[in-house]
Amino acid sequence: MTSGWKVGTVVSTRTETPTGRSITIDVPGWPGNIAGQHVDVRLSAPDGYQAVRSYSIASAGDGEWVQLAVDKLPDGEVSPYLVDEVQKGDQLELRGPLGGWFVWRPEIDGVPQAGDVQLIGGGSGIVPLIAMIRSHAASESTAKFRLLYSVRTPEDAFFADELARLEGDGLEITWVYTRQAPEGWPTPAGRVTLDALRSATFPSSGTPAVFVCGPTGFVESVATWLVELGHEPAAVKTERFGGA
Amino acid sequence: MAVISRGFTGRRRDSSPDLPPGQFLTEDFPVLSAGPTPDIDTADWEFSIRTESGQTHTWTWDQLMALPIEDIGTDIHCVTRWSKLGTSWRGVSLDTLFADVDTTDAYVMAHSYGGYTTNLPLEDLLDGKAWIAFEFDGEPLHPEHGGPARLLVPHLYFWKSAKWIHGLVMHSDDDPGFWEQNGYHLYGDPWREQRYW
Amino acid sequence: MVTHVDGNALAGPLSEIFRADMTLATGECRHCHDTTVLARALVEMDEAGFAVHCCECSHVLFTVIRTPERTWVDLQGIAGLEFPA
Repeated sequence: MTSGWKVGTVVSTRTETPTGRSITIDVPGWPGNIAGQHVDVRLSAPDGYQAVRSYSIASAGDGEWVQLAVDKLPDGEVSPYLVDEVQKGDQLELRGPLGGWFVWRPEIDGVPQAGDVQLIGGGSGIVPLIAMIRSHAASESTAKFRLLYSVRTPEDAFFADELARLEGDGLEITWVYTRQAPEGWPTPAGRVTLDALRSATFPSSGTPAVFVCGPTGFVESVATWLVELGHEPAAVKTERFGGA
Repeated sequence: MAVISRGFTGRRRDSSPDLPPGQFLTEDFPVLSAGPTPDIDTADWEFSIRTESGQTHTWTWDQLMALPIEDIGTDIHCVTRWSKLGTSWRGVSLDTLFADVDTTDAYVMAHSYGGYTTNLPLEDLLDGKAWIAFEFDGEPLHPEHGGPARLLVPHLYFWKSAKWIHGLVMHSDDDPGFWEQNGYHLYGDPWREQRYW
Repeated sequence: MVTHVDGNALAGPLSEIFRADMTLATGECRHCHDTTVLARALVEMDEAGFAVHCCECSHVLFTVIRTPERTWVDLQGIAGLEFPA
């Protein structure tokens, strides 16, 4: 009986932020994944102690490489290991791909998806959203994407270069800096507000697909505001990371 | 077989000594109900104890309030994993209510308004272990939490603390009540994790 | 330490118990009768298991408790579960 756990080997790591890293893992037998799905990562200590945590997958599509991006939590047990310790050649156990709810497909039953997609991410909440952005960019879908990405400072953005490169007709990005904005930024630093959502996101009247991902408190505030702006609660798909 | 993660030792957390195994703390009061909340007026409320001889002792609300009332501070442990520490209640001890009850039966079936039942050994209701409680956290017990009065037996999993208590019937055997017939443990000791059969 | 997440996070742990992706199953809350996908439920999770709450009324839909000896699944708070084909 298979346990569902696959063993992968780390092929590369890349520092993304002062506390975050992306990790690419070669997983023989990986069936590919839809944008937005996650994996469970299991770590085992020599004495048999195990810890399991869920991480969203930054990559999407076919192939046997899985990219994760992890932010180190101050009192975390698994994230400090993944950000500070793991190196190329190490093995990790993964279970997945998991989840059929918080996903975006560029086509369904052969039909390219054209509906508007609103993505809202906080910190490392960008991970499943960038999988959707990558999936969209690699496909025939003519859907319009808007991303609102909230980070503490510019240095805390994951995949910043790639997002800048992908920005264009199919992808509009609104940055929100909550603690320190870049030099010359027109708006002072501050948290996302209802007004910021109203002006930067697709109006609810167009019934866009909406995906919100990040720390639990961020997701709950944003989801509440989106419902106030007229979105149906069930149309606002959320992925809470836990934490504050 | 699991793959050992190079360099991983993990962090061991000490489990709280106040919590039974498998429980976690909550600040809220999540409620697990088998059915709708009954609506009982204290003017119509009564509580009775019926023995094997058919003798029934009954108290109206006013009669209950005339009995000695105790302040109870205790932890409660729900089978759905949450534990609430240091809860405060006011109620009448079952020792007071059983003072004049003549029975040789060792088991009790608690009956609630609405039809819910749960079974307990009589000795788990006596010696300061159980109350008919009508106040929680300084306020009259809310119907959603079992008000106007519920059985309170904090040393067992909280499903034994029957909400909307109506009466107790003596049984010679440990016959299973509602949840116990649906897979819950006959006794329900949180410290021995007696959740289900 | 308890984390608060949504039903998505259950996809892995529930795959140890159920074959289907449970996060896509729809369930009816016994208390308020709200019917929605389990992915939208509110989950309190720690190493020993989790409690899944209705996103409308917060009543417990179901719990899973794991110890080395056994796993308990209590579905008392759900009136029915429907899986997509």
